[in-house]
Amino acid sequence: MSDRVTVSKTYKLYLGGAFPRSESGRTYPVTDSRGKFLANAAQASRKDARDAVVAARSAFGKWSGATAYNRGQVLYRVAEVLEGRRDQFTAEVAAGEGVPTKRAQSLVDAAIDRWVWYAGWTDKIATVLGAANPVAGPYFSFSVPEPTGVVAVLAPQQSSLLGLVSVLAPVLAVGSTAVVVTSQERPLPAITLSEVLATSDVPGGVVNLLTGHTAELAPWLASHADVNALDLGGAPAELRTDLERSAAGTVKRVLRNPAAEPDWTNRPDISRLRAYVETKTVWHPMGV
Amino acid sequence: MAETTTRESPPEFADAARDEASLRRFLHGLPGVDAVGVEQRSAGLATRSIKKDSKLWAIDLAISMVDLTTLEGSDTPGKVRSLCAKARRPEPGVPSVAAVCVYPDMVATAVEEVRGSGVGVASVATAFPSGRSSLRIKVADTELAVEAGATEIDMVIDRGAFLSGRYGKVFDEIRTIKAACGNTHLKVILETGELATYDNVRRASWLALLAGGDFIKTSTGKVSPAATLPVTNVMLQAVHDWHAATGELRGVKPAGGIRTTKDAIRHLVAVHEVAGEQWLDPHLFRFGASSLLNDLLMQRRTQLEGHYSGPDYVTVD
Repeated sequence: MSDRVTVSKTYKLYLGGAFPRSESGRTYPVTDSRGKFLANAAQASRKDARDAVVAARSAFGKWSGATAYNRGQVLYRVAEVLEGRRDQFTAEVAAGEGVPTKRAQSLVDAAIDRWVWYAGWTDKIATVLGAANPVAGPYFSFSVPEPTGVVAVLAPQQSSLLGLVSVLAPVLAVGSTAVVVTSQERPLPAITLSEVLATSDVPGGVVNLLTGHTAELAPWLASHADVNALDLGGAPAELRTDLERSAAGTVKRVLRNPAAEPDWTNRPDISRLRAYVETKTVWHPMGV
Repeated sequence: MAETTTRESPPEFADAARDEASLRRFLHGLPGVDAVGVEQRSAGLATRSIKKDSKLWAIDLAISMVDLTTLEGSDTPGKVRSLCAKARRPEPGVPSVAAVCVYPDMVATAVEEVRGSGVGVASVATAFPSGRSSLRIKVADTELAVEAGATEIDMVIDRGAFLSGRYGKVFDEIRTIKAACGNTHLKVILETGELATYDNVRRASWLALLAGGDFIKTSTGKVSPAATLPVTNVMLQAVHDWHAATGELRGVKPAGGIRTTKDAIRHLVAVHEVAGEQWLDPHLFRFGASSLLNDLLMQRRTQLEGHYSGPDYVTVD
């Protein structure tokens, strides 16, 4: 057996459908749960976050304008490609989270199922959250949910794939676009997910994944005037109050989460879908 | 060319403008542009980083240099009025822009709106954007704008004549339009996207300067590529050399394709390095732009407020 020189990877960001290096040129080593080197990941800077928001904003019109049925198809296609990378995800989850292969496998399966679950909601959510309102007057009044806009997601720090999918998929399902700051210590499944997204039908810019230090990037996203919602899931505990405060400065929706991560294998509900929509109510005059 | 000899060219160049043959000899005698060199220099200058107070200063300067432009078939008096309101006062605490730029039939509306504000009214003329009409029509077009009160005229050169080597025709046309302008400032649009080479850009620049254009402007904004940094550099060299030879200050206006603050600041760096510091002045350098202003305002706010701003916080044009 010949000794191969290992090809150690230096990953990049996923931004606007492309894979650029961080504008800052920085990278940081990613290790497995026991501290063994796995790969280098790009360490995004505030300017990468800024560029990601620009990309997400420019992708928003097309993604939110697509029919719900079409979004469902696109997301289902992502699940198909996820399935094809099952072994790679399993290996990365096992290494990063320090769980046995069997457990990692079931986490990956749960993540794919979760994605399919949210894909199914795209064309049903309007009937659940929308309504024909009974009003006193000659009006036909109805409410429809519309996507919030650009959502900054601080992904869970512990659950690197299932957690990420659970917070990202609902953003996409309702037609919003996302800037995700991945788990800082366990970014590899997220990076592989970006490769999945790039090779499926999701338009570039709809999802932008930044690897790096959450504490460095979060304040810039929280205060960014062109971000409409913020998921504080993976935010460091000591930063949460400040992040909420600066998010209030530009009137963002803030999704607060318990400080400890939930058990992501629990059956989800539609609360995350509800978090990223705005209700529009139309009063339409009825015939004379 | 007979009548042009009666007009005064700067004595240094009186010979050059004597007739078609000497004009050709002069323009073709200009040193060729080192294409690789000018592109490399532009790229090098573009990497310069402008931060903090300097950036804020550059943003304010760039705002005061904007020719806020709307040149669409769908322009209405209402749209021109709202453009003028924005030109006068883009935002509280922000300098007004240099001018608004409209079609000749909209000049009267614009003049009414910007009266007393110091904002100029520029009008495109001479069968803009293609320049394909008779001289008579072009002069009439110019007079229409001047009589309506335009303070600046943006004319297009006859690219067909230029590219087929009839420099005299282009020269005479610029002279005639300049005469029709009277005291009104004349900007000469070279439409560099159609001139194909940097050498042509340099020749057209010198031709426009010889004929008396107060500004040379890159493009109409209707042709791609429009203003690029290397092209602007070549034109800045021309006005710099013109100043060195004659002592006269002429301006440059890149137009079209400059949409971000980053681009604008790169141009300002080029102005400073290639032409000189005195060109950092709205009388000698302008940006022809429409969406640039919003980006400048957003970046200005980012500098002042310490966080990124968004398009929801500026007007929709």
